[in-house]
Amino acid sequence: MADYIFKRLIQGVVVLFLVSLLTFFLINLAPGGPSSLIDFQSTAAEREARLARFGLDKPVHERYLSWLGGVVQGDLGTSINQGLPVGQLLRQRLGTTLVLAVTALVLASVFGLVLGVAAALNRDRWPDHVVNFISTLGMSVPNFWFGIVMIIVFAVWLGVLPAGGSSTIGRAFSLTDRIRHLVLPAGVLAFSLMPNVVRVARAAVLDMLSADFVRTARAKGLRERSVMLKHAMRNAMVPVVAILGLVATVLFSGSVVIESVFGWAGIGRLAIEAANGRDYPVILGVTLIAGTIVVVINLLVDLLYAVIDPRIRHD
Amino acid sequence: MIDVGSVRSAGASRTRSRLWRRIMHKPVGIAAFTVLVVIILAVIFLPQFIEHSPTRTNPRAILQPPSASHFLGTDELGRDVFARILAGGRVSLAVGLFSMLVGLTLGIIIGGTAGYFGGRVESVLMRIVDTFMAIPTFFLILVIVTSFGNHPVTVIVTVGLGFWAQMARVANAEFKRFKSHDFVEASRALGGTHVRIMRRHIMPQVLPQAIVLATLGVGWAILTEAALSYLGLGIQPPLASWGNMLQNAQGYLWRAPILAVWPGVFIAATVLSFNLLGNALRDLLDPRS
Repeated sequence: MADYIFKRLIQGVVVLFLVSLLTFFLINLAPGGPSSLIDFQSTAAEREARLARFGLDKPVHERYLSWLGGVVQGDLGTSINQGLPVGQLLRQRLGTTLVLAVTALVLASVFGLVLGVAAALNRDRWPDHVVNFISTLGMSVPNFWFGIVMIIVFAVWLGVLPAGGSSTIGRAFSLTDRIRHLVLPAGVLAFSLMPNVVRVARAAVLDMLSADFVRTARAKGLRERSVMLKHAMRNAMVPVVAILGLVATVLFSGSVVIESVFGWAGIGRLAIEAANGRDYPVILGVTLIAGTIVVVINLLVDLLYAVIDPRIRHD
Repeated sequence: MIDVGSVRSAGASRTRSRLWRRIMHKPVGIAAFTVLVVIILAVIFLPQFIEHSPTRTNPRAILQPPSASHFLGTDELGRDVFARILAGGRVSLAVGLFSMLVGLTLGIIIGGTAGYFGGRVESVLMRIVDTFMAIPTFFLILVIVTSFGNHPVTVIVTVGLGFWAQMARVANAEFKRFKSHDFVEASRALGGTHVRIMRRHIMPQVLPQAIVLATLGVGWAILTEAALSYLGLGIQPPLASWGNMLQNAQGYLWRAPILAVWPGVFIAATVLSFNLLGNALRDLLDPRS
């Protein structure tokens, strides 16, 4: 087990290193890269001062090394447009994104599991078809459009939920207020994540239903309830846990869009602002943090998987 | 002497008619295919037959409801929404198709090479794939668009790059599965080169899965382009795309909510059709599922 953990840790670090390399060089070698910061109306001296301030007068590999050196020590650089440390910006925004992401993940897992299991137990009958249709719809409807439609229905027409923001501005912290702001974005995000869970849960339960040990359990004369819960479901959970890593990546992409639709000041919104303002250090920082979270989640999922299923760690 | 040609063609026609019968058992897939054909023909040919231009503004006819002259009404600048939907559809569908081709080609070449050769080649190539998989697609796309701008061709390549890693994983697994089969060994013994073996012998085996993934991939690419353009980072106005029409419409949610409905309906119908078609093709072409 220790060997396995060590091997996966090293792999994770290698992937993160490659992520940093890829993003840094994509940004810095592009024709419109950081050198486009130069404002042509300024004097030569001003331009040089500006380049020097952001370290752009050095060759690209030196810049990468000094940036990476900073990152390793927890310094992600300084935002060009806001003049604040990138780390500080991320810390301010990360909480908002996590609230949205975790809520959506929980909703998607719970509903996805229930629907997936229901579909599997009613294979090829109407509940299966309905679930299949709902999850295909979840895959096909653009989540940002679904968000806009929900705003039209619940904020513009019915006026029962706020149209955007993560809390009412100027009001002291109130849990109900936060929840009212969370319902629409988290629901919309969960709807677009759910198909991934439904699909895997359905396939896993179907696999288990035809598994030998389930037949054995039935043959032993166990009650159907206990066959299902103790033998089939429990083992069907394994692949569902395993796709949470994939879901995490989709979740991040989705939250970028959903945060914009609902005006949430999370790291997704920060990334968009940075992309529109060509704020390179911020884009780099956000991408690296998102990549790190994805790698860590995948690592945890793999470890959990190895704990549940001993065959993995001896591979 | 047996006439090989006629035997083969009789066999082929029998297989074809069996395939045809199985296709007929997939009404949802047929419906999805029909919807797609209608949408594609409409965006290609209809613009020639409607009197309105997608870009001509008319300050005296802004935010009009649907009428006989403007089927879907007009937007905040008095442009005909139906004409814009058709023009936007051209862009969205073209971006979707070409991005998928970029992702598919890259994925099959890299994933296939990794799976075929195995060993060190595989570990290096697949580590690159892992790297792309670790960056949430949208952040990767943001990085590329920030640095390379948002020319339509850049958008196509960028969206394709968001999709190739997944394709590479599948190609890797499939090429690995087939490389030790007898027909591959036989070709190698006959002196077939690696490229020839991969292209002529393994690729046809992988094709059914690739077609399914490509169909689902177009849907995904259309969604991604729409989201990107909605965020103002994809296709730029005045060129219409379904995504940037939605971005415009969000400014008029209170005055003309209907403006935000049309582009979404078309995106959803198109993507849903690609997904349903993809599922039907999977049932049809992939005997394992």
